[in-house]
Amino acid sequence: MKVNDLILQTVTTLLAFIIIIFSIYLFFAGHYTPGGGFIGGLMTSAALVLLLLAFDQKTMNKVFPFNFLTVAASGLLISTLTGVGSFFFDVPFLTHTFDYVELPILGETALASTLIFDLGVYLVVVGIAMTIIQTIGESE
Amino acid sequence: MFEFENALEALLTVSLLILSISSLGLVYRVIKGPSIPDRVMALDSIGINLIAITAIISIMLKTDAFLEVILLIGVIAFVGTVAFSKFLQKGEIIEYDRNN
Repeated sequence: MKVNDLILQTVTTLLAFIIIIFSIYLFFAGHYTPGGGFIGGLMTSAALVLLLLAFDQKTMNKVFPFNFLTVAASGLLISTLTGVGSFFFDVPFLTHTFDYVELPILGETALASTLIFDLGVYLVVVGIAMTIIQTIGESE
Repeated sequence: MFEFENALEALLTVSLLILSISSLGLVYRVIKGPSIPDRVMALDSIGINLIAITAIISIMLKTDAFLEVILLIGVIAFVGTVAFSKFLQKGEIIEYDRNN
């Protein structure tokens, strides 16, 4: 049955950007305010699921031409490598540090190495959530 | 019977009470509602009431830590309602190719 989803598709193309921006905000807010890699990843997958609902699997494969299992694996790799990286500075595994950096627009900002670990968590959550939903959503 | 520190707290408590009664009415619709779309609409409205309750409670607790939660419930309620509607309309939520 062919259905015209003009309103849903138009709203989704606008809303997906807002949700992804919100998820990026949540991801960077995690250090001092509520948020972090997990909920940021879940929000990103909510935006991707919304796209998947309004369009279809074929279009999603064209727009995001990568396997989401690879995303999950690379996230796990990033998280592990931040842990391993602490060995090079002669400190215990998973030791995190921070430094004050002068950024172009934001001014003096505290950059923590936890952010890279959180990026790994974010990628794992997006990859796993999307893999589960795409696998279940596949009919036949 | 009830004692409030100031008028604002009284107003917020009364608002919470009204929202609770409204949510209870919607729960009645979820249980009773003769058709599935009635239940979906009621659940969507419960989500919106939940947003309002979260906002009022964050005013009462004098914190801005729940502002993300408000937006989060809104997004999740919308995605959930869209998924339910698509299931009711087409019978499958995620299709491979919508053009055939």
